[in-house]
Amino acid sequence: MRRITLWLVTTVAVVVLLFSYRTSTMGASAPAAATAAGANAPGIVSGSTSDAAGAPPDDPTDTAPADPSSGTPSAAPTGAPTDAPTAAPRPTATTAAPKAASNLVVNGTVAQTRWGPVQVQVHISGNKITDVKTLQIPNGNNRDYEINSYAVPQLHDEVLQAQSANIDVVSGATVTSDGYIESLQAALDSAHFKG
Amino acid sequence: MDAAVTRRAFVEQIMGLPVSVHVRGPQAGFDEAATAVADLFAELRMIDAVFSTYRPDSRISALNRGEPVRDDLVDTVIDLCEQARERTDGYFDAHLPAPAGGTWFDPSGLVKGWAVERAAARLAGYESYVSAGGDMVLRGSWRVGIEDPARPDRMLTVLEVADCAVATSGPAHRGAHIIDPHVGAPASGLRSVTVLGPSLTWADVYATAAVARGPAAMRWLAGLAGYEALLVRDNGDLLATPGWPTRG
Repeated sequence: MRRITLWLVTTVAVVVLLFSYRTSTMGASAPAAATAAGANAPGIVSGSTSDAAGAPPDDPTDTAPADPSSGTPSAAPTGAPTDAPTAAPRPTATTAAPKAASNLVVNGTVAQTRWGPVQVQVHISGNKITDVKTLQIPNGNNRDYEINSYAVPQLHDEVLQAQSANIDVVSGATVTSDGYIESLQAALDSAHFKG
Repeated sequence: MDAAVTRRAFVEQIMGLPVSVHVRGPQAGFDEAATAVADLFAELRMIDAVFSTYRPDSRISALNRGEPVRDDLVDTVIDLCEQARERTDGYFDAHLPAPAGGTWFDPSGLVKGWAVERAAARLAGYESYVSAGGDMVLRGSWRVGIEDPARPDRMLTVLEVADCAVATSGPAHRGAHIIDPHVGAPASGLRSVTVLGPSLTWADVYATAAVARGPAAMRWLAGLAGYEALLVRDNGDLLATPGWPTRG
């Protein structure tokens, strides 16, 4: 659990760092980044509130994502479990849930990593990161292939009997309607049908 | 309403898949939770009616007959399929060989994940999961078993993850082989690919594209910001992207 939390936080932190980087160096570095080969201009690509579309495409001076103090906690996925009690069940969910206020698409700056330039685009909806798109990644070479092909032999030690694994849900490619009755997911479901 | 209930499960067969919804916590027993789940299932059935390639009266069937189709959902999916083709270097392609020859537009490989992600938004605020045949949207923290493709009664690993999507694809997914669109032949080299990330639409597309691409997909997957992947090779070897959570 800690590991996954750490992983999620790290992911978000990197994104936030990219935003922060842009603001803290706006004067000098931003233009340089924007002129990098193939780069998309950093900053807000599109933003809207629930029905008023079209925030100015590139007026990043006062936008929220650049501010870690407001952007980080709400965007961090780890915050949500504790949100649950406060988010009361909607009385009648007959219409599509009113999505929270804003939809933002933000391009990060081009970060120079040891493997080459990296640039991501983050989609934020209702203060939650809904997608991350890679705009630019290092060109392939044997060296980064080696680094990225991270083998995980330790997982072999974790081969687990399903019935002893204490799991909530199964991810697999084989669950279809035909095979459902015999599937582990069916057993997990039937344990909780009573209500 | 039953305040003592802390977890409820619901299942319906939609799009040829078992769709399992679990709601946990003090709100699980509320009537509102059951209503939200019923609405979620209704939304999935509505989307299936629009996109099923098996139903002659669907919008997609009309599109493939060359009839004019004006439908916002169809437009959205066409646009997403084009994005998917670009994001996967063409390894995800909704223009598939038609049974009768030629090609047709079959967005099924994208629609499932997209539909589940869209419908699962109805459970915002609930600790819950929605799993359609093993591809899921999680809200709150859940323990996810990753099935061993060689032995479906066993798990490769167990992850404890929160507020994310998990999708697994394999070469025999739903009985049909994933075709490498660059070769026109069934892909080989990988038994399954599991992708973890913020969006089920994209986790599912990336997993499907990686199977089509084979083991060489590793480098591409490692470059996808925000997404992590676990690959099972034909020989049983496991590969994961550097950020894959190796211990639950």
